[in-house]
Amino acid sequence: MLVQSAVFYFFATVLVLSALAMITVRNPVHAVLFLVLAFFTSAAIWLLLEAEFLGITLVLVYVGAVMVLFLFVVMMLDINLARMRAGFARYLPVGLLVGAAMAAEMIVILNTPAFDRPRPEPKAPDHSNTQELGELLFTEYVYPFELAGVILLVAIVAAITLTLRRRERAKSQRPSKQVRVDKKDRVRLVSMDSE
Amino acid sequence: MESLGADVMLALPEVILLGAASTVLVLSLYAGRAGEALAFWSSLAVLGAVAVLVGFTTTPQETFAFGSLYIHDPLAVAVKLFACLTAAVVFMYARPYLQQRSHARPEFYVLGLFATLGVLVMASAHNFILVYLGLELLSLCLYALVVFERDSSDASEAAIKYFVLGAIASGMLLYGMSILYGLTGSLDLAEISAHLGSRTTDSIALVFALAFIVVGLAFKFGAVPFHMWVPDVYHGAPTAVTLFIATMPKLAAFVMTIRLLSNGLQELLTDWQQMLVVVTVLSVIFGNVIAIAQSNIKRMLAYSAISHIGFILLGILSGSDFGYAAALFYTVIYVLMAAGAFGVLVLFASQGRSMDRLVDLKGLGKSSPWFALIMLLLMFSMAGVPLTVGFYAKLYILQSLVQDGMLWLAILAIVMSVIGAFYYLRVVKYMYFDEPDEQLHVRGPGLAQAALSVNGLLVIVLFVFPNTLLDYCVRVLN
Repeated sequence: MLVQSAVFYFFATVLVLSALAMITVRNPVHAVLFLVLAFFTSAAIWLLLEAEFLGITLVLVYVGAVMVLFLFVVMMLDINLARMRAGFARYLPVGLLVGAAMAAEMIVILNTPAFDRPRPEPKAPDHSNTQELGELLFTEYVYPFELAGVILLVAIVAAITLTLRRRERAKSQRPSKQVRVDKKDRVRLVSMDSE
Repeated sequence: MESLGADVMLALPEVILLGAASTVLVLSLYAGRAGEALAFWSSLAVLGAVAVLVGFTTTPQETFAFGSLYIHDPLAVAVKLFACLTAAVVFMYARPYLQQRSHARPEFYVLGLFATLGVLVMASAHNFILVYLGLELLSLCLYALVVFERDSSDASEAAIKYFVLGAIASGMLLYGMSILYGLTGSLDLAEISAHLGSRTTDSIALVFALAFIVVGLAFKFGAVPFHMWVPDVYHGAPTAVTLFIATMPKLAAFVMTIRLLSNGLQELLTDWQQMLVVVTVLSVIFGNVIAIAQSNIKRMLAYSAISHIGFILLGILSGSDFGYAAALFYTVIYVLMAAGAFGVLVLFASQGRSMDRLVDLKGLGKSSPWFALIMLLLMFSMAGVPLTVGFYAKLYILQSLVQDGMLWLAILAIVMSVIGAFYYLRVVKYMYFDEPDEQLHVRGPGLAQAALSVNGLLVIVLFVFPNTLLDYCVRVLN
């Protein structure tokens, strides 16, 4: 129990610190890297909660795919740091005050015994978290699961609608035309008198 | 899982709508130039078919599907019917406008269908997960639609604001839901309600969660003090999309509020009543007063929407069945009026003229007498003038307030309605008492004009027979 608590507090501290660093560091690339660290530590906390599948998915999907894309975007954009940080110092005291007040209120309110629920029993070592999730998703929660798929479909449609432009002058390949091309379309044999 | 077939049968409207939207999406890609027409007509056909199907499955009792995730009850049927009708009418009004601006692409109808699907999901949601998924499905489509005219910088700005604030609102809602889950151990609305009914002590943590949920709802409704996005989005979006945003999400927000606050959290009535009182009082006051200062008609209608939202929430906060019925009545009538008012603007704008400023309406009484008359009826109805159904909508809300002993709220609402009448009547003044700057001749497809005429005349017809609709609303929410 003690070891578990120690591990939890270690990861939780790293998580909060990296989240803080993510919004305060100057360099956007560093900020993305801190976000990656935050994802890693939250994945570790998932593992502590015996949610192995979720933890691994977080690493694979967010760190492996989303954040790498994000890094590319951040590196390609020329972000004007000075302009983005304008007014930061001016708003900082107000923001800190509001944030501190909210945090204090939340700590006071949420520290009530209402959340004292029985702890779930630890599962056996060969218990498969993935299988249980899969069974739930495809039986009891099949309807919301499909809907989540629809939301992803809408996201694709929306992204393509907003970005696809058929420009008249744009050059694109037409593979079928390329394959069907004939010798006489491209090469013209001219007989010339030798001089 | 033997019952999966029966579950799917119960959710057939959603299944058909999803299948049809996906089919339209794919087919319109291959139809080339005819894709837009294909998408338009097949969307209308699908919405009609779904509405008929929903109408045939009317039941007086509650049926559940997919465990208890999906609820089929009179409220769900009513909201689905109105949602399908609203979407069809919006498509009819929007098409000439989109064609005129050469934005007539099939995606408009596809995204519209998916948004309608989101409303249908919310109408039948009996679980926090489904409320949230339906909401996100609707919102995502709306964000994309706002920036449909993608070269417009106003639209991009509006879309970013809408997206960021919408995401914050969703976050608030989710946070509230997660705390409630932590407290009750369930996401099911009936189980939460049962748990809250059996609790022995007052828990401040419950109110804490409730506050986040109410804030999320108020954000989505666009009620003061969470209204900052409303005028900018109404203004920045293409008018045809504003028409969509002014109507569909109101139905969705209504049904979501009833599901969460009434079906799930009725036990906390006294707590959310106090929160809603603040929200409604601010909405009714700010909406009506700030609308007076607007010179852009879309912004004016946005602030007017905020004040109407205040009225809808006034019906909900009374916490009684009649209050809910009055709120549903008001929502339906407001959607009817907003569809008509923006429909007239879209129609005029589709003649190739800007219709954003109030002064653009000058002299329409002479150059386009019929549609100016429709607009006049709709403005009177929004102001709550007798002989139009807007009068009854306000009356029933006030009645529910007086029944529940909240006389001061009723008086405030009346005073603010009188103040609001000023800017509605100013529209009438511009149309009938000012000389036009340039002549405007309304041409275009007869379908949109016929629908708009019916829409305008319904405001009078329903004044003569308000009880038909009210009885229906009472039965739905009993």
